[in-house]
Amino acid sequence: MSANPEQPDDQVTITIDGAEYQASKGATIIEVADANGVDIPRFCYHPKLTAPANCRMCLVDIEMNGKAAPKPMPACITAIGDGMVVRTESERAVSAQRNVMEFLLINHPLDCPICDQGGECELQDLALGYGRGISRFTERKRVVDDEDLGPLVETEMTRCIHCTRCVRFLDEIAGTSELGALHRGEHTEIGTFVGRGIHSELSGNVIDLCPVGALTNKPYRYTARAWEMLSHPTVGPHDAIGSNISLHQVRGTVKRVVPRNNEAVNETWIADRDRYSYQGIYAEDRLQEPIARDGDKWQAMDWQEALESVAGRLKEVAAQDPSQIAAWVSPSATLEEQYLLNRLMRGLGSDNVDVRLRQADTRDGDSPSPGLGMPIAATEDVDAALLVGSHTRHDQPLLNHRLRKAGLNGAHIMALDTRRHDWNYELSEELVAHPDQLARELALIAAAMAAYVGRGVVEGLHAYTGGAEPGDNHKRVAQRLVDAGSALVMSGDAVELHQGGADLRALTALIAELAGAHHGQLGTGANAFGGWIAGAVPYRGADGSPARGMSVAETIADPRRCYVVVNLEPEHDCFDGAAARRALEAAETVVVFSPYVTEAMREYADVILPIGAFGETAGTFVNAEGRWQTFAGVGRPIGEARPAWRVFRVLGNLLSLDRFEYNAPDEIHAELQGLWERQGNPSNGGWQGRPAEPWLGHGSLVRAGNTAIYGTDPLVRRGEALQRTPHAGAARPTLSPATAQQLGVNDGDWISLDQGGPSVRLQASVDDALADSTVWLPAGLEGTAGLGPVHGPINIQRT
Amino acid sequence: MTSQRLAYTYLSDHQREAIDSWRARFPDHDQGRQSAVIQALHIAQEGNGGWLSQQMLDAVADYLELTPVRVYEVATFYSMFHLHPVGRHKVNICQNISCMLCGSDELVRHIEQHLGIGLGETTADGRITLVPEDECLAACTGAPMMLVDEHYYTDLTPEKATAILDSLE
Amino acid sequence: MVNDVCYATLKYDQPWTLDNYYREGGYEALKRVLDGPMDRGEIIDEIKKATLRGRGGAGFSTGMKWGFMPRDAPGQKYLICNSDESEPGTCKDRHLLRFNPHALVEGMIISGYAMGATVGYNYLRGEFMKEPFERIEEAVREAREAGFLGENILGSGVDFEMHNLIGAGAYICGEETGLLESIEGKRGLPRNKPPFPAQYGIYGRPATVNNTETIASVPTVMRRGADWFLEQGRPNNGGTKLFCVSGHVNSPGVFEIPLGMPFKELLGMAGGVRDGRKLKAVIPGGTSMPALPGEEMMELDMDFDSLAKAKSGLGSGGLVVMDDTTDMVEVCLRISRFYYAESCGQCTPCREGTGWMHRVIKRIYQGKGSYDDIELLEAAAGQIAGHTICAFGEASAWPVQGILRHWRHEFEHYVEHGRSMVEAAA
Repeated sequence: MSANPEQPDDQVTITIDGAEYQASKGATIIEVADANGVDIPRFCYHPKLTAPANCRMCLVDIEMNGKAAPKPMPACITAIGDGMVVRTESERAVSAQRNVMEFLLINHPLDCPICDQGGECELQDLALGYGRGISRFTERKRVVDDEDLGPLVETEMTRCIHCTRCVRFLDEIAGTSELGALHRGEHTEIGTFVGRGIHSELSGNVIDLCPVGALTNKPYRYTARAWEMLSHPTVGPHDAIGSNISLHQVRGTVKRVVPRNNEAVNETWIADRDRYSYQGIYAEDRLQEPIARDGDKWQAMDWQEALESVAGRLKEVAAQDPSQIAAWVSPSATLEEQYLLNRLMRGLGSDNVDVRLRQADTRDGDSPSPGLGMPIAATEDVDAALLVGSHTRHDQPLLNHRLRKAGLNGAHIMALDTRRHDWNYELSEELVAHPDQLARELALIAAAMAAYVGRGVVEGLHAYTGGAEPGDNHKRVAQRLVDAGSALVMSGDAVELHQGGADLRALTALIAELAGAHHGQLGTGANAFGGWIAGAVPYRGADGSPARGMSVAETIADPRRCYVVVNLEPEHDCFDGAAARRALEAAETVVVFSPYVTEAMREYADVILPIGAFGETAGTFVNAEGRWQTFAGVGRPIGEARPAWRVFRVLGNLLSLDRFEYNAPDEIHAELQGLWERQGNPSNGGWQGRPAEPWLGHGSLVRAGNTAIYGTDPLVRRGEALQRTPHAGAARPTLSPATAQQLGVNDGDWISLDQGGPSVRLQASVDDALADSTVWLPAGLEGTAGLGPVHGPINIQRT
Repeated sequence: MTSQRLAYTYLSDHQREAIDSWRARFPDHDQGRQSAVIQALHIAQEGNGGWLSQQMLDAVADYLELTPVRVYEVATFYSMFHLHPVGRHKVNICQNISCMLCGSDELVRHIEQHLGIGLGETTADGRITLVPEDECLAACTGAPMMLVDEHYYTDLTPEKATAILDSLE
Repeated sequence: MVNDVCYATLKYDQPWTLDNYYREGGYEALKRVLDGPMDRGEIIDEIKKATLRGRGGAGFSTGMKWGFMPRDAPGQKYLICNSDESEPGTCKDRHLLRFNPHALVEGMIISGYAMGATVGYNYLRGEFMKEPFERIEEAVREAREAGFLGENILGSGVDFEMHNLIGAGAYICGEETGLLESIEGKRGLPRNKPPFPAQYGIYGRPATVNNTETIASVPTVMRRGADWFLEQGRPNNGGTKLFCVSGHVNSPGVFEIPLGMPFKELLGMAGGVRDGRKLKAVIPGGTSMPALPGEEMMELDMDFDSLAKAKSGLGSGGLVVMDDTTDMVEVCLRISRFYYAESCGQCTPCREGTGWMHRVIKRIYQGKGSYDDIELLEAAAGQIAGHTICAFGEASAWPVQGILRHWRHEFEHYVEHGRSMVEAAA
């Protein structure tokens, strides 16, 4: 019963420190206090984690129906009641808090000046308010051995106050349960017990969660103090989530990356990829000044000279045949960069501009726009999802986090790929098929679905099913998607890399349509959707007008005389690294815009212009849900490097192209936004846009893969700490037991692999997660650069 | 992974059957399966010379399909689980209040001297480990007392105790 | 000694057998309860009327506790027997498991039925894995064979299954929610309450935890009636109870006596203070209960309310008797070491405070303490109690506070002279 007749039934009124608040029934005292700016000290409580009430710091005095509780109660787990009176500053509450603080400090080192957490330590902060002036504890403090948790998280476990936030994070959010509370009593230690380290793709969040200096950022450690750094808001540059982050910098040098809270996007978490890749900004191979080939040598140039040279070369090719120029641009380039490059190319008369570096099959030129087809936050409320060729956990870590929440709440999260993946929760169904058979599997799901919804025979489907009947697994997938109130059907990175990807995308669209589900298509990169909006795709301009340019795939298959390459390394970043490189090497003119210079570039490029890396450039990323997120640059790029948008602008001027007089990126942004807003909802190709003939497959031993989590782009590949994790390093070609046996390969054998070109020697793994006749070998790992398409025939020799 | 499952490498058929019989006492769901972990660790420890190696812990985790760290937490929490090699016999001498009043400290001193080892140590011949014991062993009316493996010996005198220890193989 | 309830079979050579249990009216109560079967609420009322109070330490009304269970709601419910006996000074449940296991089995079935629980777990401490475990296992086997366990018991339509489990060495699992966690295969970390076990017990289902002796007393209550049981003891302190008398007595032992018997008489049963020495102090209910001076104890009766009035408690019924050779600082040191070693480490005051208390006492005991240390000790105990997740906080603080209350001068003597004021026994 509500005391107040005006008050809705689900609301109650409570009094905290004399002030009345209305709050929802079931809320805890600390939630109401936090929402209203009432300060209650705490260590173990975190709004995103379960509350164990173990630190006892948030004890408050409570009175209910005029009766005082016999003991102070923890605000973090005590549910509010109508008419409850809470005192956070009563003598008993404050004394309880002070007592707990004294206990916490007796075994905690009091050497804040040498602690990396100093200045941003929750214990230090609260000790100022609740601690005693003098320690009454004169015994020796507990000393706890440190554990090597890997290259990302540093430990100083003597500082641990056993709040267990890190343990709960890895249990509840990361789903990896890598840390535990070991031993008991005063000897309780947080650790892995066996020294395995922590490997979650979200592991760095334990640093932010740790209220003391027990878990700190390993690469950042002792490089700066919290109070000397400036915080610079920006957006994660690696995946389609666009996690909100802050760069902490000292005089323009990034010292570390931390999350910014945005409930709609990344909540309060970030992936390790976004946290640690900043190290790549300071890689040794940063290009400091423009360079150009002079015979066998490379010459440094000033910018004017370099740009004039580039303009001259481009003009020359364009004058003969503009379609001989192709531009490949990173899907993690900013919207402004992509748009200006698009305008440069169209200005030169070429439509051959493309961000889809990893899309092997572009027969569905008019394919659906990349994106999730629904808000990111809403994915945690789906009832069912089908993930096609997507190891979401690595491709889009925080999308996986949302889907995991849905899955743990009972949603049917299902997947189809050429292997089972290492998920951090249990999927309802994980279908595995040979790459040649993926289309057939999807078609069978679609056929089962059509039957289930009474749609009858779907035209064109027979070409994929070959008349086969859906199995029980196909029917289960179909029914769960149809029965779901909200569902997502999504294709991922492995579909982009698939040589019959157009068929797979069309079938995925069909399934989404039949199920009435949201339809998503996500590849790699922070701004693939942006590339589409910016017209950095060959079949549409930024104003939505149709075009007939050539895709990356087509300009690899049918090489051009001149290439413009923006912020990528084709041997790693294209679906077929070997072929991409061959095309560049054979070209007359290759102009590279890159923060880095590599040996490979020196071989194929003619001019290399240094552009700003992540953090050094202002711009915009459009995430998977279509959210435009704009950020500024931290400082000047290293050396003579310039933000790419500025370089393109000058180039536009030198090429005498119209409307290239931008003074700042926001002018570019505004112009593009105007174009975008005028277009209305772009149409998705869907099933009608399917290829005329189904792709038939290779029918042989086939390489399949995706892009390794820390191999997605040049920046992260230079993230030194990330590259030392087990997710990076040398590639391990993986075979099913049956296929391994056929080929006479054992787990751990060194084998030699080739895809028609030079061979590489790698150590094999055998894993029953794989489909037969498939060699799982992702891109972006050491040892794979010389190989051919990520999806394509492969030869194996025992060595 | 196709590597041989740890449970089948490190646990015998007999041990796995014994664990299964404990599992049958709990409901047939994930949480019920976890319930068997303490009993499974006892079984694994008994078959491994009285202590739990990391392999045994991982084998139990594997057999019960638990995250290994959950098993490590349990194995390090309960004092009857030993994480380092021990002697063939474990001897716990109760020193809690009732036993203390009845001379357990003297008993401990006597036994330590007799065996030439301190609490927490193992005799050189690997025969006996003196397990440090802080808990009361619930035989207070027979104080002082000791636990030799699973057997209670009460109303001890130093002479009686050493005679019992000397009879151990 | 009465030996009418838990110790009824003790007179036989093999008190644990089913046959001997039958001779003492065993399973008659069960048959009566299942005939009909009896209304669940009626059973609970009978237990309330008998004023059967929890024998594990807290002394809470068993009938009232049973009443918290949603006994008629659908879904699985559990009865848990706490045989994790580990309160220092207490050794009654081990005796009960070994000598009268059928009383527990019969009690489990009746109690389970009364609360709508069809599965009962009896959790024994790990150290009981030999004799006590084997005896109770055998009793369960015999009972099952006799048709008292399983489905449709004696054709009544009532189902009940009982399983014995063993722990692995952790005092804290005697705390009822720590025990529930341990049954779930976890560390025995006590839970925050609410929710209480009757709402959220094991596997998210309702459960009620009762002590071994409590459950073993139930058949007698149901067989001889609440009035009879109540009359054995005192108002609000019904029945007989097992008391473990250990320490400085001539004939230590476990005695079943009516609640309310004067301590003096119980001490007599245990042969009096050893060697005719003077009684100095008594811990009346396991070490968690504050020790009381001998003179005060000699005037007290052994029931829940009398001891509570004396600022101590009946607790588990573990009496530790100390004569005048006892150094109370040493006693305090030993008790504090135990709580320090057994703290689960989950919450701050207990994890950090128990070790601190132990170290301060040790410093005093080693003759290196100061008057400030005595005050510090008192303060630390006060800072733990009332601030922890479970009652272990109080259990670790009360004995220290109790000894300080009555024997502060012994601490002061250590501070002044660097040694004990107690002359060692000859």
